[in-house]
Amino acid sequence: MSAVLIRLSAVTKSYGSGQARLMALQGIDLEVAAGEFLAIMGPSGSGKSTAMNILGCLDTPGSGQYLFKGAHVESLSRDQRARLRRRFLGFVFQGFNLLPRTSAQENVELPLLYRGDSATVRRAGAARALQSVGLAGWEQHTPGELSGGQQQRVAIARAIVTAPAVVLADEPTGNLDTQRSHEIMALLVALNRDHGITVLMVTHEPDMAAYARRQVHFVDGRIARDEANAHPATAPAAPTETV
Amino acid sequence: MWLNALLLALRSIRRNLLRSILTILGIVIGVGAVITMVTLGNGATLSVQQQISSLGTNLLMIRLGQRQGPGGGGGGGGGIQPFKESDVTAIQSEIGGIAAAAPEARAAVTVVGNGRNWATNVTGSTNDWFTIGNWKLASGRMFEPDEQLAGSAVCIIGETVRREIYGGAVGTLIPGAQLRIRQFSCNVVGVLVSKGQGGMGNDQDDIVVVPFHTLQRRVTGTRTVNTILVSMEPGSERTRIKASLRQLLRERRKLTDSDDDNFNVLDTQQIADALSGTTKVLTTLLGAVAAVSLLVGGIGIMNIMLVSVTERTREIGLRLAIGALGSEVLLQFLIEAVALSALGGVIGIAIATVASYALAHVMGVPYVFDSTINLLSLLFSAAIGVIFGYFPARRAAHMDPIEALRHE
Ligand SMILES: Nc1ncnc2c1ncn2[C@@H]1O[C@H](COP(=O)(O)OP(=O)(O)OP(=O)(O)O)[C@@H](O)[C@H]1O
Ligand SMILES: [Mg+2]
Repeated sequence: MSAVLIRLSAVTKSYGSGQARLMALQGIDLEVAAGEFLAIMGPSGSGKSTAMNILGCLDTPGSGQYLFKGAHVESLSRDQRARLRRRFLGFVFQGFNLLPRTSAQENVELPLLYRGDSATVRRAGAARALQSVGLAGWEQHTPGELSGGQQQRVAIARAIVTAPAVVLADEPTGNLDTQRSHEIMALLVALNRDHGITVLMVTHEPDMAAYARRQVHFVDGRIARDEANAHPATAPAAPTETV
Repeated sequence: MWLNALLLALRSIRRNLLRSILTILGIVIGVGAVITMVTLGNGATLSVQQQISSLGTNLLMIRLGQRQGPGGGGGGGGGIQPFKESDVTAIQSEIGGIAAAAPEARAAVTVVGNGRNWATNVTGSTNDWFTIGNWKLASGRMFEPDEQLAGSAVCIIGETVRREIYGGAVGTLIPGAQLRIRQFSCNVVGVLVSKGQGGMGNDQDDIVVVPFHTLQRRVTGTRTVNTILVSMEPGSERTRIKASLRQLLRERRKLTDSDDDNFNVLDTQQIADALSGTTKVLTTLLGAVAAVSLLVGGIGIMNIMLVSVTERTREIGLRLAIGALGSEVLLQFLIEAVALSALGGVIGIAIATVASYALAHVMGVPYVFDSTINLLSLLFSAAIGVIFGYFPARRAAHMDPIEALRHE
């Protein structure tokens, strides 16, 4: 296996205080190597999203250590974490979270804009990312004019436009029908296989988890099982645009 | 970073066009109202001040009649014995601190000259009348002493009468011009400098002045004096002068201790005070109305911002999640807020300038550009924008991205 990219040691996270205090994560140890495709599963409320947000540097651990590329994330400042996010991480949300009334093009450009790229670089990058998710020709459509599957693909294009080291997807297919879900999985598989991007994905559906080469099961804020998937499902052909 | 923030702010304005327009509108209304009201208030105040100074503040008017307040109807005083010309001389000679005194009588007439008619008032008085009323000659001359004594057919006309009858350039006197007043024709010997609108909104220049005896003999046919105008020397004690005037006239009119005054002494200072009191009330009222509209505008903006704050908070969370720094997001929102409110302020100023110019014209008050209120309104609108647009964004930008994303 290649170098360790992510290492969580005894990471906890709690919400609330006193009587209402709730331990969402009760001590997580996890190592992820570069180039892995990892599915996180588990019952609702088991802490998957909480762990994902910490992994994506959107949130900080309550205690424990998070090493990303050898950096101690838990002791970084807000701005340092933001810089980490914009250089290495791409996030795909369950609810898409695209800017409303804004074209696919501008949505995908946004991370490049914050990175300080010029207009030409941004346009080319956005076009390439949209093409790779099968949305060439849809640049000027706003989220309102796109189907759920298309919106999620715009969100994936936005996550990969910066060529990140890691793509984190929290239930990327949660809002989609089976057919669209398999298309999205095909995309993630292709990203992982062809570009060597590490993919961390939360999912409820065993069908989707089957694409991953490793499955981690959460129960009550702990990792209950961590197993390799010797025979990942093979993706259907990556989607060319279907209307 | 600045350029990017500007680009993002512009995109955000375009994306939320309706919200942006409503924000601008709120500020336009607030700023426009305040500037218009204050400008008109200033104009009205200035106009009143001009009227007061054209009236002269050292003037006393003595009229027939019982206890009339300022602005009470003309000296009807039916049945009350009129003043005599000798009263005027007595006032001048017996009371100290008097600069000039003049009898006055008026009649409504239609004058004819140069083939045109004009309905106006003819006033009969002496040369002192011009001094007391602050009148200056634009051209020509005053009455000669013998003209005054003999009641000659001469007249001096106001600017309005000159314009309506003779036309031509302001203040010019056509040599040998004749004016027909009822039965007699008189030589126009002088034209008065225009004084504009009077304190009651009347046209002071709509006037023809003839020697007092001329009016008595050729127009009214009586020897009565209805009004006496008195001007005091600057700095003299007006209470003392008014008291001695009253005393003198009571004696001359043979009023006993039990009789009430059958004349009254009107002080222009009182009229001036009443007028400036009125404009003060007016300005306060305008200010209050303007403040209300500013408040309404402010509440409108606050409303819009509150409604959009949920969406904005999530938007900020998203921007932070995909790599924006808190400061970058803030800068974008600051630029957006300031741009919108400054634009609103500028449009408001433009509209207010046009509106107050037009309204000042309609109301007949001068247009006075007040740079202070324009600047203040602009700053105020920028401040509103910053407060209502920027501070909610600041709160959101200091949240953890995930917290902002989850905001409901
Ligand atoms: N912001 C929060 N404030 C309070 N409690 C929270 C917060 N976020 C999560 N929790 C609690 O922490 C626990 C773990 O939540 P988390 O979202 O990680 O679950 P999950 O495994 O992602 O569940 P699901 O599959 O339903 O998305 C839950 O009990 C949840 O109620
Ligand atoms: Mg979850």
